Amino acid sequence: MAQETFSKEELSRYSRHLIIPEFNIEGQRKLKAAKVLVVGTGGLGAPLLQYLAAAGVGTIGVLDFDVVEDSNLQRQVLFSTNDIGKPKVLAAKERLEGLNPYIKIVTHNVLLSSQNALDIVKDYDLVADGTDNFPTRYLVNDACVLLGKTNVYASIYRFDGQVSVFNYTNKEGVVGPNYRDLFPSPPPPGLVPSCAEGGVLGVLPGIVGSLQANEVIKVITGVGEPLAGRLFLFDAMNFETRTVKVHRDDENPLNGKNPSITELIDYQEFCGFSSNKEEDVKSLSVAEFLDLQNSDEPFQLIDVREDFEYEISNLEGVHIPLADVEEEVGQIVSDKKVVVHCKAGGRSKKAIELLEKEFGFSNLYNLTGGIDAYFEEVDAN
Amino acid sequence: MAKIIIPTPLRKFTDNQAAFEANAATVYDAIQALATAFPELKKHLFDDKNQIRSFLRIYLGDEDINVLDKEKTALKADDVVSIIPAIAGGIN
Repeated sequence: MAQETFSKEELSRYSRHLIIPEFNIEGQRKLKAAKVLVVGTGGLGAPLLQYLAAAGVGTIGVLDFDVVEDSNLQRQVLFSTNDIGKPKVLAAKERLEGLNPYIKIVTHNVLLSSQNALDIVKDYDLVADGTDNFPTRYLVNDACVLLGKTNVYASIYRFDGQVSVFNYTNKEGVVGPNYRDLFPSPPPPGLVPSCAEGGVLGVLPGIVGSLQANEVIKVITGVGEPLAGRLFLFDAMNFETRTVKVHRDDENPLNGKNPSITELIDYQEFCGFSSNKEEDVKSLSVAEFLDLQNSDEPFQLIDVREDFEYEISNLEGVHIPLADVEEEVGQIVSDKKVVVHCKAGGRSKKAIELLEKEFGFSNLYNLTGGIDAYFEEVDAN
Repeated sequence: MAKIIIPTPLRKFTDNQAAFEANAATVYDAIQALATAFPELKKHLFDDKNQIRSFLRIYLGDEDINVLDKEKTALKADDVVSIIPAIAGGIN
C-alpha cells in the first residue's frame, strides 16, 4: 500500500498528534489509511464520529436508517435544530465534512440486516458499534467475527455505560473474546433491562462514546493497550468505574470449540421478538383502532406502560403497568373488546399472552406499534 | 459479609439500593439471599430452572465466576460480587 502523505494544511491540523512521541506521523498515517464503520449515529455515534473525523480517520462509514428528530438533540450533539427531518447519515456527513474536509465520509442510509451486513462490513478495517438494541448488537458482533474485524463496542442504559474491544487480534495473532463470550444470549423481551422503558442521561453517551473513540484510535494506531479481554463499566449515578476481565468461551457458537453459527441468522428471532412470525395474539392496527374509536362499539383501552410513561402522554386508557397486570386483573372487562397497548407493542403482547394463559381472556387485542405508532398516524393525518 | 453490587437497571426492584451485604458461603447463596430480600428481583436473576440468567454476568472482584468455581465460588467476608447485565441502549 502506498504510504499516506499529508499536505501542509493537514500537517498543521494534526500537529497536536504529531508532537506526541508515541503517536507522531506514523500514527497519523495509520489513521489516514484506516476505514472505520460507525453503526448508529445516535448518542454514542455523535462523539464517536466527531472525534474520529477530527482525528483524521481517512474513511468513515456512517450507517443509520433514521431521520433526525427533536428528541434526539438532548444527547446527539452531532445534529442541530436545522437538521430535524433530515436523514441522519446526510446530516452527519454535512457536519463531519465541515469539521474535516481531508477525509472521506461514506453514507449507508439503511437498516443493518442479516442480508446486507457482511457486504457492508467487509469494506472496513474496523467497526464501532453504537447501536441501541440487542438484535443489532448480535448482528454487528457476528458479522465482525465472521469477517475477522475488530468490534469496538460501547453501550449505555440510563446511567450505566459499558465499553470493550471485541474480536481483537493482538500482535501475536491471538483473537480476543467477542460479545457472545460476554453475553451468550440477550434478555428475553419484557425482562429488565430489555423493554421499552429505557431512557438515558444525555451526557452519558458523550462520555462513553468518547471512550469508544479513544479505543478505535488505539486499535488503529497500535498505541497503548486496547480494552480487549476487558469490560469497562461506568456508573454515572455514583461515579464508580470498574474494569473486569472477559474470557473466550469454548461454548461460543461462533468461534468456540464447536462452532454452530457459520452465517448470519435471524436476530429478531434470536432476541425473542416475533416480528417475522405470525402474530399469535389478536391485534388491531392503528387505523382499525381509530375506526373503533369513531364507532359506537363499546371497548376498553388498557395501557400497560410504566407510571412515568403514562404521565408524559396517554390515550386515557386504564393504566395497569405490565408488572401489575395479574394483581389488577379485576379491572379488565371480559364482556367487550379490550385493546391493550404499550409504547411499541411488545409489552402489551406479553400482557395479553399472560391474561389469555392465566385467566382465559379471549377478547383482548394488541394495538400494533403501540402509542408510538398511534401518534405517528394521528400526526401524519 | 460479602458485598453485592446491584446494577442500576435492577435497582428499581431494590428500592434503589445500590449494594447488598450478604452473609453467604458461595456466590449462589449470596445471590439467593439478595433475591430473598427483594422478591421482585428474583425473576430477573433466575430463570425457570433456578439458574442465574445468561444475560447476567457475575463477577467476584474483577474476575468472571465462570473461570472460578462458577456459582459455587466461595466467598470471603470482604469480597465484592458484581452483577453485570447486558444493556443495549436508550430505546430498547
